[in-house]
Amino acid sequence: MAYSEKVIDHYENPRNVGGFTKEEAGVGTGMVGAPACGDVMRLQIKVNEQGIIEDAKFKTYGCGSAIASSSLVTEWVKGKSLDEAMQIKNSQIAEELELPPVKIHCSVLAEDAIKAAIEDYRQKSGAVSAVETH
Amino acid sequence: MSAVQAEKVNSPAVRDRPIYLDYQATTPVDPLVVEAMLPYLTQNFGNPASRSHSYGWSAEEAVENARAQVAAAIHADPKEIVWTSGATEASNLGIKGAAHFYSGKGKHLITLRTEHKATLDTFRQLEREGFECTYLEVQENGLIDLDAFRAALRPDTILASVLFVNNEIGVIQPMEEIGKMLREHKVLFHVDAVQALGKVPVDVEAIHADLMSLSGHKMYGPKGIGALYVRRKPRVRIEAQIHGGGHERGMRSGTLPTHQIVGMGAAAELAVQSMESDSRRIRQLRDRLLKGIMSRVEEVYINGDMEHRVPHNLNLSFAFVEGESLIMALKGIAVSSGSACTSASLEPSYVLRALGKSDELAHSSIRFGIGRYTTEEEIDETIELVASKVGKLRELSPLWEMHLEGIDLNSVQWAAH
Repeated sequence: MAYSEKVIDHYENPRNVGGFTKEEAGVGTGMVGAPACGDVMRLQIKVNEQGIIEDAKFKTYGCGSAIASSSLVTEWVKGKSLDEAMQIKNSQIAEELELPPVKIHCSVLAEDAIKAAIEDYRQKSGAVSAVETH
Repeated sequence: MSAVQAEKVNSPAVRDRPIYLDYQATTPVDPLVVEAMLPYLTQNFGNPASRSHSYGWSAEEAVENARAQVAAAIHADPKEIVWTSGATEASNLGIKGAAHFYSGKGKHLITLRTEHKATLDTFRQLEREGFECTYLEVQENGLIDLDAFRAALRPDTILASVLFVNNEIGVIQPMEEIGKMLREHKVLFHVDAVQALGKVPVDVEAIHADLMSLSGHKMYGPKGIGALYVRRKPRVRIEAQIHGGGHERGMRSGTLPTHQIVGMGAAAELAVQSMESDSRRIRQLRDRLLKGIMSRVEEVYINGDMEHRVPHNLNLSFAFVEGESLIMALKGIAVSSGSACTSASLEPSYVLRALGKSDELAHSSIRFGIGRYTTEEEIDETIELVASKVGKLRELSPLWEMHLEGIDLNSVQWAAH
């Protein structure tokens, strides 16, 4: 399988590997995929009080394209507002990494991971603010 | 010779390519084989079917000499050898040819779920033509359960096909027992011995084979040449699949590629001659590789039985890392994930699935194929690379983290996609 230079770069030097404690305030966690399908992505975002994603971390079990896709989106979401991050499309990821057709699902998974992390953050922070208003 | 060649091919000083550990996919042509082939490309280029001049006669003599070499390697008679373009064609010819010829006797065929695609896809085609096929399960170690095999035999079973040595996991099926049972039931026995010749003794009499597929390029011969053994006593009949000229006693038409045939003959002779010394050396290398990896990496699983197995193959699953990324990480080593025929797809190996391996472990398997030119130095480098790269990928793996936290991955509700 011929990979693009960008995929190889992200694969060999993955950015933002790791994680935050799930319970930590401002952290949203998205875990998508399944081991049986050959890829699992865990993307975590840390959102500040202004609603800006100030940090992101990932861990991925999957092929080189899956690892590169998740590494790339951790770079992209940093500094974005949640609404801006929600706008990231899999086609942009696929285009940036020059993914071949058989690897498009990796970019889909990365988009899903962002959405899942934001969703998780919103649920958690919604619950927190609901408590605070009482 | 072998040592000199190994030096040339593999010495790190001159090596600018990955370490080759994919000997079950193909092998380099042995220099002795190349030497034998060359005159038949230039000097003795005649058509072996030309009966009217010496060009043809000398080509025919070379073809018959090679036929005798291949026959001797499997304890057959030269008249029982039919040249084909490779083992895929040999299996197509043997299985379809016999099924078509004996279709009046019955419509039932048996094979294993872990066979090579050349057999499985041929069986699928016969099913489309109206034959009924049974695909036997294998045990967790990859070996056939003889009682289950016997139970699958029907009065209308005409042929069974078994892979002597499995190409993905290297296990050796109990061929003598299978052959004896099939002979008692008057069922034809087709044997895919592609990965067996040169690795284990192959004797068509001992295993009661009626048909046998062989390949040149898996035993240090050229690609594009194979052979089908067709038993003469008691006579086995097959219907030709390729027509035009009636070469090979009508069983396979087409001008014979003299140089390829000479190469396969030389390779077969060499394979048998060097089997013992090759195997002894390769077993030491295999044991070194296995011990080295096992002592450095946790959560590694061996696929396939270790006792009934050729030492040339080691198939390991590295839990919590994905196979394709592992192959990418191991770019300094030429290995494969599953067989080369299936590794272009995203499906996990059907052979490992047939052993009852989970999708995860099937996805994370690597086949190490050790061969005539593999050196100890290369094995040591491989151990180093595997240990460091698996470690790196596990640091990246959320599944490894969960495993270390004691989470049972089977209890997790995955968001499948």
